[in-house]
Amino acid sequence: MPDAPGLELIRGEIEAAHPGAVLDTGFAQGRAVLSIDPIHVLPVLTWLRDAPGQGYRFLSSLHAADYLPGEPRFAVHYELLNRDRVERIRVKALLADPGADSLPEIDSCVEMFPTAEFQEREVFDFFGIVFKGHPDLTRILLPEDYVGWPQRRDFPVGGEPVTFTYNEKNYG
Amino acid sequence: MAEQFLSEDRTSEVMTVNMGPHHPATHGVLRLVVDLEGEVVRDLKPVIGYVHTGIEKSCEDKSYWKVIPFVERMDYVSFFFQMEAYCGAVERLVELEIPERAKYLRVIFLELNRIHSHLVWLGTTALDLGAISMLWYCFRERDRILDLFEMATGQRMHTRYFQVGGVIEDIPIGFEKKLREFLADMPVRVEQYQALLDRNEVFLSRTKNTGIVSRERLLELGVTGPLLRAAGEPWDLRKAFDYLAYPKFDFKVPVGTIGDNYDRYRVRVAEMVESVRIIEQALDGLPEGPFIADDRKYVLPPRSELSTSMESLIHHFKLVTEGYRVGPGEIYYAIESPRGELGCFVLADGSAKPARVHFRDPSFVNLQAFKDMSIGGYIADMIASLGMLDPILGGVDR
Repeated sequence: MPDAPGLELIRGEIEAAHPGAVLDTGFAQGRAVLSIDPIHVLPVLTWLRDAPGQGYRFLSSLHAADYLPGEPRFAVHYELLNRDRVERIRVKALLADPGADSLPEIDSCVEMFPTAEFQEREVFDFFGIVFKGHPDLTRILLPEDYVGWPQRRDFPVGGEPVTFTYNEKNYG
Repeated sequence: MAEQFLSEDRTSEVMTVNMGPHHPATHGVLRLVVDLEGEVVRDLKPVIGYVHTGIEKSCEDKSYWKVIPFVERMDYVSFFFQMEAYCGAVERLVELEIPERAKYLRVIFLELNRIHSHLVWLGTTALDLGAISMLWYCFRERDRILDLFEMATGQRMHTRYFQVGGVIEDIPIGFEKKLREFLADMPVRVEQYQALLDRNEVFLSRTKNTGIVSRERLLELGVTGPLLRAAGEPWDLRKAFDYLAYPKFDFKVPVGTIGDNYDRYRVRVAEMVESVRIIEQALDGLPEGPFIADDRKYVLPPRSELSTSMESLIHHFKLVTEGYRVGPGEIYYAIESPRGELGCFVLADGSAKPARVHFRDPSFVNLQAFKDMSIGGYIADMIASLGMLDPILGGVDR
């Protein structure tokens, strides 16, 4: 893992290339975290992958979290891995909630990391985060006609009624 | 009429065929929409989600210690790995160091689970390829592993043996003897499996040079585990990262050469033998001492103290009713499961329940490579590739 000063160096270099991209850095449980503005997600990921001395070429995991009642509400996490130096870094793209009528949006990284295809679909499926430029952004685990974003914190556990064909036929 | 029917070039017509979700060769409820030109696969789309049970959402409503049996049931063949990913993540969040003996015990059970998982894979995949007797031989050895699990933990599967802080109880008397007998037999059994398959003409012609995907493409697709190693990339999180007691053991990382289905088979079979070696070393070096951390904030006090110590009783009551609280933070902890990188992301918001538990399941990510493995090959090879991919649909859908 890059240590705390190393992380600040990375931040400085990204700031020089893309002003305003890095919002915050953090270092907790031995893991470097780079919080970024979602507009700059592709340039930052590209920089971390291609800049000399970086080489975070492997996207281990892409997932999202809902920080309700925190602000900004959502974050898409990119767990990047440099397999040569065995270093991980987490890039967190912070996304504000645009309100009940529209969905938060972020650029898709499928072209850079083909592994993100299923994982972005999963995030869309459960959080309603739209990945612009994704080749096939549809629900992946839930039924196509499902309404709602169940992994959001304001979606209640048990919000899904259990329907059995038997109940539907006889009591529905 | 009949003449016109016969003269049609029927191989150039693309036909879309639906396979599954209830097809015995899909190893679970996986649906495949396959475009076929004759018998050649031209396009393929896996459709998943048929066993999605919302485990990640349910975990948000459970206190930390009650999440453990839930996550075990995601990838139901490698339950110890699911437990380790979750417990390890929480331990790192609360910065709880687990005792040396617990680390060794965890390694023993993880590696037994790896052998168990590979045996299930070998039996079912060989069955798909027509080698029916393999299933009985593999499940015979698998049953001995399940007996060992039952002896130590009380359950054959989904054991809930790992706890945050260590393991729930020490191994019983007689366990070591029984385990050593198994370890002595297992390499011989592996040789027998190889004797049955390695010179079997049908098996060889169906696995050699089928389902090849290059190493670079696999890395792009995020594929890890035996699939990646079969393509010649010696990437194993047990070697790369320092977790549990793995740095103390001497073991090899088997790799393949071209990454066809035969290499995938060879790598997994060789891994079973390496796992046996790890368990032997762990048993030989098993240190004495406590098997669970002595931090009453997170770990249940010993049963014997409950009748004598009021303080222990209070701790016990607090832990069982509300559970422990975890300060705000988030962690991603990844281990090497039988299928690749199994990552667990836990977000804590300061309460006694996790705000998010997410699993980066290797089957889910590896499944994306299935299209590359199958396109351009015969539909029969597609079945072989799916078996060698070894997806567990419970883990894919969660």
